[in-house]
Amino acid sequence: MAKLVDRKDPDLLRQSYVVEITKGVALTSRVFVKNLFGRMFGDGGDTVTVQYPEQQKPYPDRFRGKHRLMERPDGQVRCVACMLCSTACPANCITIVAGEHADVSIEKFPEVFEIDLLKCIYCGFCAEACPCDAIRMDSGRHTLPTVDRRTQHTGKIDLLSLGTQTIAEQGGTFKSDQRHAQFHGEPVVDGAGH
Amino acid sequence: MLEITGHFTADLVLGALLKFGAFVFGFVMVVATLLTWLERKYSALMQNRIGPNRANFGKYTFGGLLHIVADGLKMLIKEDFVPITPNPWMFRLAPLLAFVPALTVFVAIPFGPAPAEGSAFTPFQVAPTNLGMLLVFAITSLNVYGSVLGAWASNNKWSLMGGLRISAQMISYEVAIGLTLVGVFMIYGSLDLYEIVEGQSRMYGGWLPGWGIVFQPFAFVLYLACAIAENKRAPFDVAEAESELTAGYWTEYSAMAFGVLAIAEFVEVVLIGCIGALLFLGGWHIPGLSGDGPFMIALGIGAFLGKVLLLVWLQMTIRWTLPRFRYDQIMKLGWTMLLPAALVNLVVTGVVLAFVDRF
Repeated sequence: MAKLVDRKDPDLLRQSYVVEITKGVALTSRVFVKNLFGRMFGDGGDTVTVQYPEQQKPYPDRFRGKHRLMERPDGQVRCVACMLCSTACPANCITIVAGEHADVSIEKFPEVFEIDLLKCIYCGFCAEACPCDAIRMDSGRHTLPTVDRRTQHTGKIDLLSLGTQTIAEQGGTFKSDQRHAQFHGEPVVDGAGH
Repeated sequence: MLEITGHFTADLVLGALLKFGAFVFGFVMVVATLLTWLERKYSALMQNRIGPNRANFGKYTFGGLLHIVADGLKMLIKEDFVPITPNPWMFRLAPLLAFVPALTVFVAIPFGPAPAEGSAFTPFQVAPTNLGMLLVFAITSLNVYGSVLGAWASNNKWSLMGGLRISAQMISYEVAIGLTLVGVFMIYGSLDLYEIVEGQSRMYGGWLPGWGIVFQPFAFVLYLACAIAENKRAPFDVAEAESELTAGYWTEYSAMAFGVLAIAEFVEVVLIGCIGALLFLGGWHIPGLSGDGPFMIALGIGAFLGKVLLLVWLQMTIRWTLPRFRYDQIMKLGWTMLLPAALVNLVVTGVVLAFVDRF
């Protein structure tokens, strides 16, 4: 049900706008003087400008920044080149070339893991898709501009340099089998069933 | 000075050039250039932010003043772009047509008193004619051509829209300005700017200066409104309309042509301040002080420049305080409100003057 609001036309003084202009000018002048003397003698008045890049505002915790590849405890890359991230990527910016890993329980590792940062839309699907916590986007840094395109293809070395070890356990199925066995009092087998 | 060459004409031309150079390049262009920086800093501090502060010379920033130099350099080295248009020469001509009248009008503006009564030597006015304000009106009317030609020759939808709006707005507010100021001319009995200022130096009752704003306060408000509208500055800046029309009729201009158009607008801001100070605020007259001598003259010129800067400050503050008017509101304001108000002011002034003269 519409509510009727009684609108009165403003009186002539108000409609001539002169009083309102004066009040407006007084307001902006007051803010200006406060900011001017705040900048010159005080701590900046009400100005909210952040002098980037000397001062930076902290990003929120969930900010999706530059990617980083995580490491196992022995320093190798966690990624098993399962291609889930490159499949999930909407921008098709991840290039993975898999190589065979000597350890049989870790079958593959990425020989080439390249992200084209110019195509990446920073959606986070790759981090969501990864089953091994191998790629994260929580480095809190954002990509800096460059003058040529080739620099924006980030390879494995650079991605690893941002990464650290992760506490996630490798290999979901085996571990949950082990825990299942422990829980039910069955003999625990590790790795590929040895 | 008059003895430089001994020939009357040559002295006149040389003197005129020197005076024009001193006033225009010594005051007007300096203020207009500073205004480009000041506008950004002033508006920033009013909006709780700092303006540009990064242009530096080593580690000296001078509060962002070097941005003036940076802007100038940028405009000089950018590509001078002419769009695909059937009128490229009209396109190139338009900024000149906006800039040259804005500067030329300063030949008619007196910056200070003439030291001797009625002599031909006026060191502070380039062209001491008794046309005065009529000359100012005539030359400022040419500003319309700059905007309209630029808008048309740009061969661009947004420029065309800006040009349509601006042509109608500028010529309608010219009418309003003319009628508003006739009241001032009637009171001081002359069109000559010098005589109007001299007429304002009378003190009434020992304390009230006979300034234009005392006798015609209504006309002062009307004049400010019409002049700001004529100058296409906010809140009447539908031609540039930065967020609506990309840049209106400025869209296709780059590099120095854009610089010229922008500076022309600031020069007109100073011009409005000058005319307002001369007609309404008493020019170089300081209430309570009188006398001759170089010190008084210098003080008077300082007072005049101070009044000009006050009006410039007022225009700038109004720009950053008020939201932009809609275009139909602007036209309605000009024709149905300001013009009748100016006529009413005229009639009332005439009636009062008739009574005053009678008694």
